[in-house]
Amino acid sequence: MQRQLDTVDMTLNMGPQHPSTHGVFRMVLTVDGERIVAVEPYIGYLHRGIEKLSETLNYRQVITLMDRADYLANFNNELTYVMAVEKLMRIEVPERAEYIRVILCELNRIASHLMFYGAMGSDAGVFGTAFMYAFQAREKIVAAFESVSGARMMHNFFRVGGVRDDLPRDFGPIMARLIPQLRQSIEDCHNLLGHNEVFIARSKGIGTIGPQEAIDYGLSGPALRACGVAEDLRRSDPYSIYPKLDFRIPVGKDGDCYDRYLLRVEEMRQSLYMVEQALEIIPPGPVMAQVPKVLKPPPGEVYVRTENPRGDLGIYLVSQGGDKPYRVKVRAPSFCNLMALEHLLRDCYIADCVMVLGSLDIVLGEVDR
Amino acid sequence: MPWYVDITARVGAMLIFLILTVLALVWLERKFAGRIQMRLGPMRTGYQGLLQSLADAVKLLLKEDLRPANADRWAFQMAPFVVFVPIFLIFVTIPFSRELVIRNLDMGLFYIIAVSGLSIVGIVMAGWGSDNKYALLGAVRSAAQMISYELPLVLALLGIAMQASSLNLVTIVEQQRFLPNLFMQPLGFTLFMVAALAELHRSPFDIPVAESEVVGGPFIEYSGIRWGIFYLSEYVNLVAVAALASLVFLGGWEWPLLPPAAWFLVKTFALIMVIMWVRATLPRLRIDQLMDFAWKILLPLAFVNIFIVGLYRLYQWPTWTVSLISLAMAIVAAATVYHFPGGERR
Repeated sequence: MQRQLDTVDMTLNMGPQHPSTHGVFRMVLTVDGERIVAVEPYIGYLHRGIEKLSETLNYRQVITLMDRADYLANFNNELTYVMAVEKLMRIEVPERAEYIRVILCELNRIASHLMFYGAMGSDAGVFGTAFMYAFQAREKIVAAFESVSGARMMHNFFRVGGVRDDLPRDFGPIMARLIPQLRQSIEDCHNLLGHNEVFIARSKGIGTIGPQEAIDYGLSGPALRACGVAEDLRRSDPYSIYPKLDFRIPVGKDGDCYDRYLLRVEEMRQSLYMVEQALEIIPPGPVMAQVPKVLKPPPGEVYVRTENPRGDLGIYLVSQGGDKPYRVKVRAPSFCNLMALEHLLRDCYIADCVMVLGSLDIVLGEVDR
Repeated sequence: MPWYVDITARVGAMLIFLILTVLALVWLERKFAGRIQMRLGPMRTGYQGLLQSLADAVKLLLKEDLRPANADRWAFQMAPFVVFVPIFLIFVTIPFSRELVIRNLDMGLFYIIAVSGLSIVGIVMAGWGSDNKYALLGAVRSAAQMISYELPLVLALLGIAMQASSLNLVTIVEQQRFLPNLFMQPLGFTLFMVAALAELHRSPFDIPVAESEVVGGPFIEYSGIRWGIFYLSEYVNLVAVAALASLVFLGGWEWPLLPPAAWFLVKTFALIMVIMWVRATLPRLRIDQLMDFAWKILLPLAFVNIFIVGLYRLYQWPTWTVSLISLAMAIVAAATVYHFPGGERR
C-alpha cells in the first residue's frame, strides 16, 4: 500500500521589503512547495493620509498632494483633481490649456507604461536590461516635463482654470526630437521582451481573468481592457479634448499577463499618436481662465473620473463653501485592481505571483494614499 | 624539489590566478552588461573603473560577518567553504596547455564531474542553516535544478569521452588538433552549454537565486567575506565551466600562431562573454518549465547524442556524417525548444 506523505503548507511573507512588490506591498502567501494555496494582501505601509490632509489645505494646495498619490502619473492625477474643482465652480478652461493638459497627460501615460515595462522585465528576471531600456526612454520624457513645469516628477503645474504657464518656446523642437526617439524606444523595448520565448512562456496564461469576473471585481484600465472589454473613459465618458483626437482603444483577448503587457505597449503607441495630433492642432490663446484669487466653490459635491494609466481614477469632492474642501475621496485604480489579486493568483507558482503583481502595475502611493 | 613544495606552489599559483581572474571577470561583466544596457558601467574607481572590483573585495573583507540568531551555526558558517572547495578542486586537473597543469589525471573528466557535483551540498547547507524561508526555498530549487541538469551535462561529456576513448583532458585536446569537437558534436556542445548555464545558476536558469522571487536564495542572510566567498565561487565556477567547454569542445590550446595557453584563455573568455550576453538578455524560466526542459528535452537529446556517437564509433563512419547528423539534431532541438515553453500550458 502506498503511504501518503504528510506535508505541511508553508507561510511565506513576501514584502513589504521585497524587491518586486513594487514598493511596500506585503503579501502573506501560503505555499505548498512552489504552488500558492492562499494569498493575503496587506496594504497601508505607505499611507500618508492624503485624503485627510486635503481637508486642511486650500483648493490650490491640494494639487501638490495629488502629485504624490500616484507618483508615476502626476499630471493625470492633477488633471482629475482640477477637473473636479472646475466642475464644482463651473469654470470654463481655455482651449489651449486643455490641449497642454492632454499632451502632458498622454506623455505621462507613456512614461508610466514604460515604468511598468521596466518593472515587468525585472520581475520576469531580465538582468536590468529591460529596465534600463525603459528608463532611458522615460528619462527623455521626464526631461521634457522639466522644460515645461520645472520639475521632473512632482510638477504642481495644472491649475484650477488652466495651467500654470504656457509651454516653453522651444517645446515644438523638443517634441519634434522626442517623438521619433520615443517611437523607436517603444519598438526596441517591445522587441526585447514581447517576442522573447521565455517571457511569453512566463506570462501567457498566467493570472487569467474573464471579462465578467473582471467587471465584478471592479477592474479598470489596462487590466480590464486586457480581458476584452473596450472600456476607456476617454471614449465612453469623454472629457477635455479627447473627442477631437483620433485614437484606437486596444483590447486584449485572454486577460492574462501577456495580454496586459501587449495592451500597454499598444497604448503607448496610441498615446504617442494622440500627442502628435494634439501638437498639430493646438490653438494659440490664453492658458488660464479668469479665476478668483481665493477659490471658494459653492457648497455641493461632484464626482469626476478620468482615465489614468492604471485605470479609472475618480475624485469625489465635497465643498461646504469655505476655501478648503470638506472631503476629497480618491477612487484609486491601483487599489481597486488589487482586489482581484487573490483571484488572479489562484493555482499559481511563487514565480508567477511576481509576474501577476507586475502586470497589474500597482503604485503603492496610490493604493495607500 | 620535494613533491609537496611543488604541489603547494602549483596550487598557490592557481589560487592567485583564479582570484585575479575573478576580479577581472566581475569588472568585465559589469562593463559588458553596462554596454548592453546602454550605460557605461563602473567609471570612477581607476581608469574605466578597473579598480572597482578590488574596492568591492576590500569592502567585503571589512564588512561585519553577520549571523542570524536562529541560524544553524556550523552549517551556516561552513557553507561558503563547502561550496568553494569542490569548485576550486576542478582546476586541479584543468590543463592550460600541455605542461601548464597542476596534475594531469588519466580520469580527468570523470574527476571533474565527480567533484563538481559536491558543491550542491554547500548550497543546501547555506539554505538550511540560514533559517530563512527564502534561503530554504532557493536551496531546494537549487538542489532540484543541479541534480536534474547534472544528467544532460554528464551525458554530453560522455559523448566526448566515447569519441576520444579517453578521460584524460590532455589526450582529448590533442585529438582535436585538426577538427575541434564543436564541429564533430554540435548537439553535444549545445547540450553542454545549456546544462552548464543551469549548473552555474545563470540566467535564464537563475531560479535558485532569483532576485525578484527569492531575493538571492541561499545567500540571502550572508554578508561580508562569507558572501564574498559565495560570489567568488560563482565566478570560479563560471571560469571552470567555460574552461572545460573550451577544452573538450573548442580544442583548448591546439591552434596555431598564438602561444598555447593564450589560445586556451581566448576561447575560455569568449565563452564567458557569451554566457554574460545571455544573462543580460533573457528573462528567467519558471521552476516547473525548467524541470520539464531538463527531463523532457535535454535528457532525450543527450541520449540521442550518445547514440549517434556510438554508431560512429561502432561502424567507423567518416567524420562529416556525424557532424551532419549532430547538426541536424541540434537544429531539430532548437526548433523544438523554440516551440516548447509557449506550447505547453498547465
